[in-house]
Amino acid sequence: MRWLIDYIQGYLSSNQTPGAAGNWFWATVYVLLVFVGLSIAVIAMNWLERKILAHMQVRLGPMRVGPHGLLQPIADALKLLLKEDIMPAEADAVVFWIAPFIVVLAAFTVFVVVPFGPTHAITDMNIGILFMLGVSSLSVLGIVTAGWASNSHYPLIGALRSSAQMVSYEVAMGLAVVSVIVMTSLNAEGTGTLSMIGIVQAQQAQHTWFVFKFFPLGLVGFFIFAVAMVAETNRAPFDLPEAESELTAGFHTEYSGFRWSLFFLAEYSAMIAVSSIAVTLWLGGWLRPFPNALNGPTWDLVFSLFPGITFLFLGAMCFYNAARMPKHPLFKIQTIGLAGFGAVLALIGLVLFVPAARDRVGDIFWFAAKVAAFMYLYIWYRGTFPRYRFDQLMKVGWKILLPTGLVLLILTAGAGFLEDPVKEWLKHVL
Amino acid sequence: MNPVATPFFFYLLSATMIIGGILVITRKNAVHSAMALITALLAQAGIYLMLYAPFVAGVQIILYAGGIMVLFLFVIMLISIERTVKERQFNKQWLVGIAAAAALGGLFIAVYTKGKSLFPEGRVTYGEGQNVQDVAALLYDQHQGTYMFSFEIASLLLLVAIIGAVVMAKKRI
Repeated sequence: MRWLIDYIQGYLSSNQTPGAAGNWFWATVYVLLVFVGLSIAVIAMNWLERKILAHMQVRLGPMRVGPHGLLQPIADALKLLLKEDIMPAEADAVVFWIAPFIVVLAAFTVFVVVPFGPTHAITDMNIGILFMLGVSSLSVLGIVTAGWASNSHYPLIGALRSSAQMVSYEVAMGLAVVSVIVMTSLNAEGTGTLSMIGIVQAQQAQHTWFVFKFFPLGLVGFFIFAVAMVAETNRAPFDLPEAESELTAGFHTEYSGFRWSLFFLAEYSAMIAVSSIAVTLWLGGWLRPFPNALNGPTWDLVFSLFPGITFLFLGAMCFYNAARMPKHPLFKIQTIGLAGFGAVLALIGLVLFVPAARDRVGDIFWFAAKVAAFMYLYIWYRGTFPRYRFDQLMKVGWKILLPTGLVLLILTAGAGFLEDPVKEWLKHVL
Repeated sequence: MNPVATPFFFYLLSATMIIGGILVITRKNAVHSAMALITALLAQAGIYLMLYAPFVAGVQIILYAGGIMVLFLFVIMLISIERTVKERQFNKQWLVGIAAAAALGGLFIAVYTKGKSLFPEGRVTYGEGQNVQDVAALLYDQHQGTYMFSFEIASLLLLVAIIGAVVMAKKRI
């Protein structure tokens, strides 16, 4: 037992990712942790999206399965697994079978390079951001083949729309990303980086998040990416490939049961993946907010208490709602369940106040909090924006985002080139 | 760190590529051919990784597997598959084909047996940490960047091709 504890402690004190250390065991543990965490996040998103959309539309949302519908995602998953899996008679069986797996593989593989913290990533690649963009662009192949293999009109139109849309928005997205890569090269050596961890470390070294760099250039790049990433993941208001008023369900009309749930899983994990690209590139990744204005050991301590406080707050909310439950014998189990859930959350919150845990989860917490803000934005878009028409979508992509991206790239490069001379000149003048 | 460029991975990726390539030309259904081509291209990206060229591998995935193949599928999906499946496959140039393949194979064997001096002794290892930066220095560096002019000329050529395609496709601009 002693050697096991020593081994784990020896690993925790090292400052490398398991991929860089070449450690097979820890790499496997990290892969499993990321997979489990991602699945839980998708389940939570399922519940949150239904609840938040419902409250935006002044409804209650799921309330029956578990307290406040908390067990609804599990009931949904069970229903999907038990549902009959139908394949159209005229469908291309092999391609129909492979398509969902391409989408899921592409959506999950990108998490190999997502940096949850300076050491909390499965591995750090020299081509990190290039790998993420490339592999996530493979998911369009799955969507296109799914639409074609169904051998049906609506899925085919959905697939055609999706391929046109994703190829168009990838261009603007790439230009916004390149402007960030230019910003990473503004150091003494003048060498940039594509590594995800390197990009966050560049923001740390320059004492600014890239969204605030060369105001308003960083903000414009962030805006281009934020629009393009919604289009890339086929979400409202750019959800034309699955526009239900026109195409029933778009490319996955003919899918049911388990295979449909794979598309669902892939959609949500792709949303988390592009959000984590945006967080890494523009919002400082795992860095805590206000590193310059509120620095020093006292503020470090205050910010390190945030994870525990968040979980305590969630637990308190659970207790508050358990107290508000109807006092009817039929609601007894639900009340106890909600109180138990609150107790678990509060216990996690208390554990997170222990200094050893506090120091190690701080970076993961800030990364997850920023990604969660993006996930809320996704739901908010869906609740508020009307869907684009297809020609409007193409117009936004090619005539607005692409030229803006090109100008932005040139201006960013110019600003990076002129930064030091202008500072020197100002020193002489003043 | 131990090198990942082991013979096992090389043979695995090569076998995937060869099987993918054979499937591309033997499938009657064009979409199946396209998917086999995607497999072959991804295996090729894996071989680039084994050659310590991660940047080329990443670009291979983005451009070929991600971009160009989507456009291929986009066009293929609009073709009537029922008719193409019924059509007889033919090859009238099999004699020339065999001769060309034999010549190329002979060349490879000759290079492998006679040209030992062309290949480096033992296994060469490169620093993979700086590949992207090295490529950029080779293209753009003030002192050692020798390929900048040819690179820019190639991009100009692509621009001309894009404009030409637009001019030919649209009757009235």
